[in-house]
Amino acid sequence: MIVPLEHILIFSALLFVIGVYGALTRRSIIGILLSIELILNAVNINLVAFSRTTSFAPETGQIFAIFVMALAAAGATVGLAIVIALFRERKTILADEINLLKW
Amino acid sequence: MDPLFLIAKIGIYAVMGVTVLAALGAVNLPNLFHAALALAAALVGVALIFVALGAEFLAVVQVLLYVGAIMTLVIFAIMLTHGLGSKGVKRRNELGLGAAGACLAFFALLFQILRKTAWPVNPQNLNHRISTADLGNALMGHFVFPFEVISVVLLAALIGAILIAKKERES
Repeated sequence: MIVPLEHILIFSALLFVIGVYGALTRRSIIGILLSIELILNAVNINLVAFSRTTSFAPETGQIFAIFVMALAAAGATVGLAIVIALFRERKTILADEINLLKW
Repeated sequence: MDPLFLIAKIGIYAVMGVTVLAALGAVNLPNLFHAALALAAALVGVALIFVALGAEFLAVVQVLLYVGAIMTLVIFAIMLTHGLGSKGVKRRNELGLGAAGACLAFFALLFQILRKTAWPVNPQNLNHRISTADLGNALMGHFVFPFEVISVVLLAALIGAILIAKKERES
């Protein structure tokens, strides 16, 4: 490893925290989805870094990263489909204006 | 120290810095389209980090899947829902300060934990190169059940997305 493991982990923690901040503060649903992609990427970096250093079998982390990517793709497609359907029905993509299920 | 090694090290830290800056842009830029482009830059940076960690296949998948497919989808969605986002609408809610404080506190906690933990590095992994063939063997061997499950999940998600997004017929 060229870079020590701690530095990679701190980098991915930084990405994760930035993603959480974005998901908490953005008003538009697409912005929230972008932040969630950032969070999942931070997790993937961690998985690959651990598979390279501390795991028992070296390929496990990469396999899990592939699974995370597939689930992220599934989540993004369904999320964006919901955004498009919502925009057609309610003419808004701001998360705090969508209060259909609030009583 | 080997000069090539030193250059690689500096390069990796530079990529990390640029990636963090791009990620900050992705969550802070007011224009969603610019935010999507900044996120694409951050995802390319993550792909470079994958290369540095010796996961070349994942780096290629990252560029193809995230930067190629998901970003295209996001930009399509931004353009299809255009109009409300552009003019004078508030871009973020009132959580800004609290969320920033909480995130910084959480990062400080993580930083302390990561620095103090002694990671049990497995020396036989460090010099073990994982080829794409190894990944394929693992996917078709030990991990074949989750692999099949994930393909079914993906298929269900795609059909569901079509069903949700398609125009409803007047009955």
